Amino acid sequence: MTALFAVTVGVLYAAGLYLVMRRSVVKLVMGLALLGHAANLLIFTVGRLSRDGAPIVAAGAERLVPPHADPVPQALVLTAIVIGFGVQAFALVLVKRAHRETGTDDLDALRSTDS
Amino acid sequence: MRALVVLPVLVPLATAIACLALRPWRAAGRAASVLGALVHLVAAAALLYRVDGAGIQVMQMGDWPAPYGISLVADLLAAIMVTLTGVTGLAVAVYSLGSIDAEREAHGYHALFHVLLMGVSMAFLTGDLFNLYVAFEVMLMASFVLLSLGGERAQLEGAVKYVTLNLLSSAVFLAAVGVLYGVAGTLNMADLALAVQRGTAPGLVATLACLFLVAFGIKAAVFPLFFWLPASYHTPPVAVSALFAGLLTKVGVYALVRAFTLVFTGDTGLTHGLILAVAVLTMVTGVLGAAAQFEFRRVLSFHIVSQIGYMVLGLGLFTPLALAGTVFYLIHHIVVKTNLFLVAGIVKRLGGTLDLGSLGGLYRRRPALALLFLVPAFSLAGIPPLSGFWGKLVLVKAGLDSGHYAVTATALGVSLLTLFSMTKLWNEAFWKEPPEESPVSAAPVPWTLLGPVVALAAITVAVGLGAGPVFDLASRAAAQLADPSQYVRAVLGEGARP
Repeated sequence: MTALFAVTVGVLYAAGLYLVMRRSVVKLVMGLALLGHAANLLIFTVGRLSRDGAPIVAAGAERLVPPHADPVPQALVLTAIVIGFGVQAFALVLVKRAHRETGTDDLDALRSTDS
Repeated sequence: MRALVVLPVLVPLATAIACLALRPWRAAGRAASVLGALVHLVAAAALLYRVDGAGIQVMQMGDWPAPYGISLVADLLAAIMVTLTGVTGLAVAVYSLGSIDAEREAHGYHALFHVLLMGVSMAFLTGDLFNLYVAFEVMLMASFVLLSLGGERAQLEGAVKYVTLNLLSSAVFLAAVGVLYGVAGTLNMADLALAVQRGTAPGLVATLACLFLVAFGIKAAVFPLFFWLPASYHTPPVAVSALFAGLLTKVGVYALVRAFTLVFTGDTGLTHGLILAVAVLTMVTGVLGAAAQFEFRRVLSFHIVSQIGYMVLGLGLFTPLALAGTVFYLIHHIVVKTNLFLVAGIVKRLGGTLDLGSLGGLYRRRPALALLFLVPAFSLAGIPPLSGFWGKLVLVKAGLDSGHYAVTATALGVSLLTLFSMTKLWNEAFWKEPPEESPVSAAPVPWTLLGPVVALAAITVAVGLGAGPVFDLASRAAAQLADPSQYVRAVLGEGARP
């Protein structure tokens, strides 16, 4: 199971980096989104994939009985997804405005601030 | 008085909410913004005073004991940085009153301004790596909108580059945080320091250290990851540029210093050697880039990159004196760089442009303004007795003491080229005769623009003349950095052992 996740993470990173290096602004934004997803899935995977019990102390028990899943990576991923959602929404609006203002989605044409 | 630690985060949050609520009433919103910035500065200064007197202050959020909850930690470096945030925040908040147009204000400029201050303060105070990520994102979201607010073509183009590189950095940072949690089982920085000292997976930790170096390196704009900065910093209104120039890259430098003095100290030959090489290349490329530019704010932008090199240099040398040099340089640089951008704003108002070819004659018409430019400009180049001289002196001494002669020689050469750049700005904007078609405006400069410039110039002179006490403060901060066990004990309790 971990191997499958590892390969998925790798493919997501490769696809994300490939898209980020394209000249189209739209593909750039999609690539950034994929990189975010890859990072999230990576955190989820390194937090150990397990189908064991929920990390809840049973009624009457003093402490958590192993085996149980680690809730922290999932909390991290949830936070990162929310942040990623907001950032991507902004990036999409920015790209739309930039396209309307400059009339192009070619990154090589967006050079007027470089020199 | 533990609440002092959280106040520099809460005050900007409350101010941002107030500014949002007061948006229909322009005057009230402006007053709230300046008042909030003033309270933030007072709270930050009180925190610095307390940390300097009573040692590292820690507050556990929700009273969850570390390392299970989120800790806010104010050691001397964090408190100094928060105080500088307060100084910059107040100066730019006042400057904004006279330079930000009503439309930007109606679209929530003041609220975003304080959200940015909140993110920056939280990044300085947090003791938890994931919380640092959240602080970065708060800061970035505010900076994205501030950068593109107004929607001019240049702004949008600059914003595309700024957003892309910063999102890449966030993705790298997030991945590194996740894997580090998988390796060490904790994200509390003090607890991580212990885990690394225990020798948990040294190879993997060294790899992760390099990932963090890339992530923070993009934020700090070090070589070869700085290209987003000169492509975007000259596009928004001057007040926004000044705020970014003063604070944002310095958050990256702070994160580097924090991570590579507290957590990643296991393999200093690899990590700090790399940082030293990066620092030298950053100094040189930044200053050479500036020499090729002919627009006021772009020259200054490249100098941010170059100056970042000096700060990172102290971290790369990694001796207590060098770290003190880094802290001193941070204090000097934030004030000076903000001030130079603020002066650029006044120059634009008077000359109508920031293109050096079309400027000129400002010295004859505005001798007082020319003098105000010279203070931060000479300080940046390191002319005694201004603050920059002492910062460079300490770093040069630290470099010579540790036997890095070539590095030290480069730092001195770069300083000479900085003087060349500042002379170029002086000659073109202030000294030469103005071109026929663009005479200097005779309109008076409002006090909202002049006040912050005068105040920051006064701080620069004061830091230069009173370098002794400021350097003592920087040394005490560096002593805490060089001995992470103080930080670890403050967060985890007296019994914490590797």
